[in-house]
Amino acid sequence: MKNDRNKHSRVNMSIDKIAIEVQDISKIYRIGIKEKAHDNFANTVFDFIKSPLKNYRRYRSLYNFDDIKSVSGNNSDIIWALRNISFTVKQGEVIGIIGKNGAGKSTLLKVLSRITVPTSGYAKIYGRISSLLEVGTGFHPELTGRENVYLNGTVLGMRKKEIDLKFDEIVDFSGIEKFIDTPVKRYSSGMKVRLAFAVSAHLEPEILLIDEVLAVGDANFQKKCLNKMDDVGRQGRTVLFVSHNMTAITRLCKRAILLDDSTVVADGPASEVVTTYLKSDLGTTAIQEWPDFNKAPGNDSVRLRALRVLTKDGKHMETMDIREPVGIEIEYEVLKNGKIMLPCINFFNDEGIRIFGAVDLDIEWRGRTRIVGRYKSTAWVPGNFLSEGTVYVGVSMKTTAQNYWYFYIQEAVVFQVVDNMAGDSARGDYVGKLGGVVRPLLNWETEFYPA
Amino acid sequence: MIQAFTNLINNFKKSDHSGRQVTIIKPISGWQLIDFKELREYRDLFFFLVWRDIKILYAQTILGFSWAILKPLIQIIIFTIIFGKVAKVDTDGIPYFLYSAVAVIPWTYMSQAMSQSSQSLVKEAKMLGKVYFPRLIFPITPVLARLVDFGISILILLGVALYYRVLPTWNLLFLPIFLIMMIFIPAGVGMLLSALAIRFRDVRHAMQFLVRMLVYSAPIVYSATSIPDKYRFIYSLNPIVGVIEGFRACLLGTSIPWFFIWPGMVTSVVLLLGGAFYFKKMERIFVDVI
Repeated sequence: MKNDRNKHSRVNMSIDKIAIEVQDISKIYRIGIKEKAHDNFANTVFDFIKSPLKNYRRYRSLYNFDDIKSVSGNNSDIIWALRNISFTVKQGEVIGIIGKNGAGKSTLLKVLSRITVPTSGYAKIYGRISSLLEVGTGFHPELTGRENVYLNGTVLGMRKKEIDLKFDEIVDFSGIEKFIDTPVKRYSSGMKVRLAFAVSAHLEPEILLIDEVLAVGDANFQKKCLNKMDDVGRQGRTVLFVSHNMTAITRLCKRAILLDDSTVVADGPASEVVTTYLKSDLGTTAIQEWPDFNKAPGNDSVRLRALRVLTKDGKHMETMDIREPVGIEIEYEVLKNGKIMLPCINFFNDEGIRIFGAVDLDIEWRGRTRIVGRYKSTAWVPGNFLSEGTVYVGVSMKTTAQNYWYFYIQEAVVFQVVDNMAGDSARGDYVGKLGGVVRPLLNWETEFYPA
Repeated sequence: MIQAFTNLINNFKKSDHSGRQVTIIKPISGWQLIDFKELREYRDLFFFLVWRDIKILYAQTILGFSWAILKPLIQIIIFTIIFGKVAKVDTDGIPYFLYSAVAVIPWTYMSQAMSQSSQSLVKEAKMLGKVYFPRLIFPITPVLARLVDFGISILILLGVALYYRVLPTWNLLFLPIFLIMMIFIPAGVGMLLSALAIRFRDVRHAMQFLVRMLVYSAPIVYSATSIPDKYRFIYSLNPIVGVIEGFRACLLGTSIPWFFIWPGMVTSVVLLLGGAFYFKKMERIFVDVI
């Protein structure tokens, strides 16, 4: 109790003190490692012989950026993971960092947690910092739970003495007292995560960087974790929190920073930034477009231009009513005449289970070679078919040959199937958990024999 | 050197007026010095990582730590049969078993520590990308952890010494020098090769040959006196020669052949410093090239 009061008085004292100052940070990666395809055997052999020298140059070039500074970079094999990022965080602030995949969120956390070094710019961090980019870093299956608590704790920057003090609390939080002296390899994956999170939750740095670690464990445990996070924020600690979970962001953070294409595009009150994000094209996971032709998936025969999720009235929506049909629209550009192309889509649920796959069988183009031009193929998944939850859609362009694709994208768009519990879906009047990969509406018949 | 010094100052954690710790993150280039203060802060982690390394090596084995005795013992027996009985290598009148035992034990430590240390970064690549702590801890961990096996295998020496009735002499007082050299060698090689291995995975394949070749580069199975005088200096630049000769003289009480030892002492220090500097120079790119 006394301890708590101290923490609160620290908050009051530290108003307006800066915790993190980020000034013009940029990070460049080189993806130079490209394999060249050979068209004949002699070339392959010749290349094989001279490959050691080539490999050496190639691997060396990965961290050598001298040429960027001189040519002021239009190099094609360079990726800006972060571009001139600047912001300041006051002590005690809880900040959410949002943005779509590849926007630079994780790289930013990696730079701030000193895992990787920025290419230019600087950051100043005032106070003891810990980062949680993964749950259970350093866990070893051969060691017991107890040993792993100590190992993981010290890996995260705790001292042995601190862990000694908190050990009972950690074990209590994890709820696996009985197995604490059993090697972790005998644990179920759930138990492992609980133990690992319990350690993380008892970190007491002044600044905490967290990357999406809440996306683990069952619903009850997640709730426990969110509450713990809330406590951490209230204790006056500074937290930087990367997540895709907008509910968690608005619940836990007062301020949010939106990253897109490696730069900061919005910075302000969490609810406003989240709304901006959801309203803009950035936020919607229901549309994926490739405006830059050269970066679009495909090759010189065909390029994918867009993939969209549609409602039956042609609107692009992220949330779909379970009773309504869902359209998947593939837009692509054929660049060469005379090829047969088979657009193909795959559906996965959030457990990674493939719900089903489908190939375009439109009569008009079936078995016919394509002519140069832009195409739009739309497939309709009937209403009352998909189960509730997140659905990931992958797209590919097959040839008639078995294992050849013009392009193949595992996860291009995502949408949510929701049941508004009106009673006319497959769940009827039942409101509990129903599960399942698909949820078709069945014909039910009841025969009644009076007693 | 001046640049290294400024870098050191810049990277040093400074405290601002309120006494808060300040960490500055900025691009790093050029040579770096080792931040011993930071290493000290992470000593608990160091301890647990070393301990993990010790514990998991013999996890789920029936013989457990007996392997630390069996591995060198089997090697000694093989050498005794092949080089002592069959090839009849000259050992200046010392029984071959005793002669090779005092060499094989430090060698087993050095070879194991060296190969594990040089693979340490690649093996822990996942952890490297997820959490920060001084990277130097990775290659040094196996160097320290294998000392436990070394300590256990000393039992063989005690047994052999008892059997052959070798009595300790004043020479034993010099042993710490050779123990330090024995630790410096795998530490230096490990830092150098682990930093190289993270970029070029060739190291793993080359390491197998290296270890096998190094056995014959030092007087482990044969006597150093068989090396012609004019090559002695070049031969003893190899620090392993010094360690083996030193161990032999200290434990068996023969006169210490310093001319075989001092060149290796210099190289082992150069190796350690060179390895540490190269490691620090490459440190910043490890995560980006995994």
